[in-house]
Amino acid sequence: MNTIVIELLVNNHPGVMSHITGLIMRRACNIEGILCGTVGDGNTSRIYLLMENDWRIPKIVKQLNNLYDVIEVIPREDCDAAVFDRIPEMMETGAGV
Amino acid sequence: MKMTGAELIIRLLERQGITTVTGIPGGANLPVYRALADSHIEHVLARHEQGAGFISQGMARTTGKPAVCFATSGPGAANVITAIADAKLDSVPVIVITGQVATGMMGTDAFQEVDTYGLTIPITKHNFLVKSADELLSVIPEAFTIAQSGRPGPVVIDVPRDVQTGQVEFEQYPRPGQRNDIVYMGIEDIEKIATKINTSKKPLLYVGGGIGNSDTYGELFAMARKNNIPVTTTLMGLGAYPSYDPLFVGMLGMHGARYTNYILDEIDLLIALGVRFDDRATGKVMEFAPNASIIHIDIDQAEIDKIRETDLNMVGDLRHSMKKLVPLIEDNQRESWVDYVTDMKAKHPYPEPETDSVFHPVNLLKTISSMADYQTIITTDVGQHQMWTAQYYPFNYPRTMLTSGGFGTMGFGLPAAIGAAIANPEKRIICISGDGSFLMNIQELATLKDLELNVTVIIMNNQALGLVRQQQEMFYDKKYVASRFISNPDFAGIAEKFGIQGINLAEEENPMYAIARSLSEPGPFVIDVPIGQSENVYPMVPPGAANREMVG
Repeated sequence: MNTIVIELLVNNHPGVMSHITGLIMRRACNIEGILCGTVGDGNTSRIYLLMENDWRIPKIVKQLNNLYDVIEVIPREDCDAAVFDRIPEMMETGAGV
Repeated sequence: MKMTGAELIIRLLERQGITTVTGIPGGANLPVYRALADSHIEHVLARHEQGAGFISQGMARTTGKPAVCFATSGPGAANVITAIADAKLDSVPVIVITGQVATGMMGTDAFQEVDTYGLTIPITKHNFLVKSADELLSVIPEAFTIAQSGRPGPVVIDVPRDVQTGQVEFEQYPRPGQRNDIVYMGIEDIEKIATKINTSKKPLLYVGGGIGNSDTYGELFAMARKNNIPVTTTLMGLGAYPSYDPLFVGMLGMHGARYTNYILDEIDLLIALGVRFDDRATGKVMEFAPNASIIHIDIDQAEIDKIRETDLNMVGDLRHSMKKLVPLIEDNQRESWVDYVTDMKAKHPYPEPETDSVFHPVNLLKTISSMADYQTIITTDVGQHQMWTAQYYPFNYPRTMLTSGGFGTMGFGLPAAIGAAIANPEKRIICISGDGSFLMNIQELATLKDLELNVTVIIMNNQALGLVRQQQEMFYDKKYVASRFISNPDFAGIAEKFGIQGINLAEEENPMYAIARSLSEPGPFVIDVPIGQSENVYPMVPPGAANREMVG
């Protein structure tokens, strides 16, 4: 499967994950993996979504950008999905590093 | 300062300039209603929360400003959901403040508990669950900012009962939430767009609700006239361009005129402003404007390239982009293109009725429009009467056509008309409805009677769910399952029993006089107009077909 990792920086409070997963579900897309953890002082979280890379991804990225609690969305095609094994360090550094 | 959460909600609404709210009280929002007693804000009691939601939409759609509605927890919140989803699809700034069971009870299946936050995630622009009274200081102004900034939309604020009764102490009130302007990006883009328009041979403006929301009909008119570009509108765009202007080519899409949809096949440039390429407008997308380059300007970046790839696009508020764009558009007579369009309009017009009878829906609409002034606000319900209104009523002014465009909610018309009348007390509001739709929120006649507003309801009564019956006739082997009513109430009689003047036009000696009276006498009026059951809306593009394949 041709996969993509979507990296999000979001406000950290209850309901944010529902907004994000709900938006993706409404597009009838499946999420293959989710990593999530707080960043810094805990006001924000970083979320990594592992998804199949198809024509819907650019549209989903735009719609994610419209969500009030989403601060940043970065689709990472170059990201090795194996980073899903490295949860703790990714939460600190971001997948691009 | 020290006060309860409920008092703070009311004070913050006052500071937002809210003078009227609508809603229904119940156990979980009674503290807010207690606080309302000490405020100059007027409350309009609807008779169903969906009605309250559409009343606030009527206020918001005619003014462009956020309107507020209250509902209690559980069934109150569930009832208002249809009106919220409707506001989302048509980009209407309404703020719905719902009561919720106390935080300690949440998640326990408490009496009248429902997960309002979870239910409203997919149908709001944003929603809040307020967990403490001091959060209201930021949430209420922020809700007003969100509802009216960028692409407008509904915001839900769910407030548990203990948050309403909880004390909050603060130094000073927060600043009221304002619209944040979104400025367009890139002068190069605007120059490229202008060049593309100026060098095109057969351009067409395709405009929608974004023109009304950005108040740029003046700029649109200037641009179209200067460069002689014909203009088609979506259902939501009706009124954004004057129907009397020769460059107006009507509404496009499923029930557009033949000439409109034929012109779309001919153009080399489509200039899409404040539209979202809805399936009812485009028909089969791959065959929509098949020979045209696409320019798309919209305030919502997620709409760009969503349905149709663009050649040039710009994200931004039309308020700014139109001001920059119009001066760059050259004078151009486009004689052969305008001649072609004029010729197509003459050759392929909307069908005209074969009778003069005012009981024909088309003649009825022409009669109404001849008696109404150009700023009269029309609301519709959903179905055949809605499409006839879109086709034949001459809209010439923005925000004069209120209709449930995206969501297509039957029952929209009456409460939306009440909201429009509250916000525009100097105007006459005409609700054009159908017998199926009208029954879906008929309880709001009681609200209308409370307020004695200048609302005239005209029911095109064909004893059927007309557009369903039409589709069954055309596409489902004439099997009229569940579309024709076995019985129907006496609508004039019902109106009378609500204390509102009601007439059945068939029983009037002089129907024209009766219609004129209903539009000129102060106060509400209901007219039941029997129309033929077999009347169809033509043309019609079969679902999934290209626009050129219209029937009728």
